[in-house]
Amino acid sequence: MSIEDLTNLPSELITMAHGSGGKATRKLIEDIFTSAFQPDGLEDQARLSNTALNAPGVQLALTTDSFVVDPIEFPGGDIGKISVCGTVNDLAVGGAQPLWLSAAFILEEGCEIALLRRIVASMSKEAYLAGVRIVTGDTKVVGRGYADKVFITTSGVGIIPPQRRLNSENIRPGDVVIVNGVLGNHGATILASRDNLALSTNLVSDCASLGHLMEAALNAAPDLRTARDLTRGGLASALNEITHDTAFGIEIEEELVPLHQEVSGICEILGLDPLYLANEGRLVLFVPEDQAESTLKAMRSIEVGKGSRVIGRVVANHPGVVTIKTMYGGNRIVDTHIGEQLPRIC
Amino acid sequence: MRYVDEFRNPQAAQWLLSKITKISEEIDRTGDNPISIMEICGGHTHSIFRYGLDQLMPTSVEFIHGPGCPVCILPKNRIDECIKLAEHPKVIFTTFGDVMRVPGTLKSLDQAKAEGADIRMVYSPLDALVIARSNPDKEVVFLGLGFETTTPSTALSIQIASREALGNFSVFCNHITLPSSIKALLDDPFITLDGFIGPGHVSMVIGTHPYDFIAKEYGKPIVVAGFEPLDLLQSLLMVLEQIRDRRTEVENQYTRVVPEHGNPLSLAAINEVYELRPKFQRSRPNEIEINRLSIRKNYRAYDAEEKFVINSDVDRHSVTAEPDGCACKLVIMGRAKPTECPKFGLSCTPEIPLNALMVSSEGVCAAYWKYSRMREIKVSI
Repeated sequence: MSIEDLTNLPSELITMAHGSGGKATRKLIEDIFTSAFQPDGLEDQARLSNTALNAPGVQLALTTDSFVVDPIEFPGGDIGKISVCGTVNDLAVGGAQPLWLSAAFILEEGCEIALLRRIVASMSKEAYLAGVRIVTGDTKVVGRGYADKVFITTSGVGIIPPQRRLNSENIRPGDVVIVNGVLGNHGATILASRDNLALSTNLVSDCASLGHLMEAALNAAPDLRTARDLTRGGLASALNEITHDTAFGIEIEEELVPLHQEVSGICEILGLDPLYLANEGRLVLFVPEDQAESTLKAMRSIEVGKGSRVIGRVVANHPGVVTIKTMYGGNRIVDTHIGEQLPRIC
Repeated sequence: MRYVDEFRNPQAAQWLLSKITKISEEIDRTGDNPISIMEICGGHTHSIFRYGLDQLMPTSVEFIHGPGCPVCILPKNRIDECIKLAEHPKVIFTTFGDVMRVPGTLKSLDQAKAEGADIRMVYSPLDALVIARSNPDKEVVFLGLGFETTTPSTALSIQIASREALGNFSVFCNHITLPSSIKALLDDPFITLDGFIGPGHVSMVIGTHPYDFIAKEYGKPIVVAGFEPLDLLQSLLMVLEQIRDRRTEVENQYTRVVPEHGNPLSLAAINEVYELRPKFQRSRPNEIEINRLSIRKNYRAYDAEEKFVINSDVDRHSVTAEPDGCACKLVIMGRAKPTECPKFGLSCTPEIPLNALMVSSEGVCAAYWKYSRMREIKVSI
């Protein structure tokens, strides 16, 4: 078959029949999902065992997240990759080793099956890289206009080794604040990929799984206090979340916050603050000062941690408030964002 | 980032700051009153706070924040009209994002959108034209809002629509002229100002001569300024030098963007499409009397007020009616700081704003809330 023949084939589309529970559903599940994810059986539940669970003091971690990103495919990733990374990262920053995921798909009537295939392939690949397995799932089909092509919900289970208790209450004045690279690339990429802005950039999303990076940091910093993945609301929201219930504040320095030049440019044009831009492969973590060097070294040895650096510290002043020191030595508050900066970012 | 970082250089800022301190000491002041310099433009207010410039000033120099936020001086009943238009079943209402959360009498555009109105945020009125072209069975209305910075682009969109005979596009015109609001301030007997930092983007369109009256008739110095921190510091320095030397002139610091005579193409577009709105009623005492624009008869087919028969009989010339107990008017006029308003931070916050000043991206209360609560906070240096 020549290339022309292939492109001339009528593109296969999701129909309401794919959601009927009948033959078409079964064919879709076998063709697209189980062939890629290869679960152990086709029961409606995954039956899981892991020897680590036998150790006393081990905890299970469970998290869930939904993904509605628009556009569905963008430079550096797609909704499938994000749906794996997002849930893996939620587990990882809590100190859990991610093991198993579930994936539920809401498909819009008329969605191209080829698109679905690409999304599932990218989930498979990302799960492999992150060391997790997608062990169960579900699909539903809704009529045209009731969803936008594909929405995905993933849940994840991981295990937290004994004695590992990451918690924002652990932070202490003097602790350093570390991020693993330039901020806001995901948010800026999504913005630029939307047709209505006509911005052309070379940016790619930072979308990545952070499980291995977190393990490296935890091994290097036995007293690692807490960590957060920076998603919607960016660094500003994560830092505010962490200080919220503590008796301490956080001070970061404008000059130390790493930004890609194109991200700064987009923010200048659109009047956005990069501290609030979304990320999908970035985290912030807090370690005692004497463990900062070893943590940075361990993080930088991993691809997604190459850009790791200290951007500020925990202070005893202004409890619950995050501030940034401007280049001129002035200070301003970094508040949580109000309203929606950008809908459907993940 | 080239062409931006140069204007944020910290060493140059330190140098300018030391000059500012030195010159401010050379100025004769009456008693302990600080030298009051008003930055007219809301964009300048936000730059000042964003870079913490207010904290770096010598105690003898004070920034007074001006009325240059077009959303903040939009009468509330005009927001109500926007909502009425947006709720029309045939209308797609398009607007800059700024105005979405500004409270009308009953609700904001944001709330109307949640209730089902088709409201779309755009970055340019030309995007609204695109929406009109692809929705021929709908009426697309663009909210024309702002000073001379945005007026040319809505004029252009009307000219294009007219050329294309795009019958389903119209503009709800709420444009205002900036020099008139400065004049209103200068006529206010309660305001004591020593000089002005003039708006950059408005001046890019109108040039610097429309400010001549400030220097000649009112004897106040004004320097048209850019928006980067070094622009602002240099402009402040130029104003202070004028005060020290007892000169009153219109100077232009923002020469890389602002031509002396403005942009002739933009001015021609404004003049062709818009005219001064007739004044139906005198504004109440101590309010800013602003020149508002309306669409000329030749282009009435593109005037949403003609098309949808809007006769909110205005308030068109007065500042937005403020909720009870608020100090919005005094704050807009530079006579009070946001923190002096009894509602600030208590019953009026960005989450639950009582008025536009707290939600507009150029609103002075929003700037204070976002950046300047710092004053009460001790920072470790």
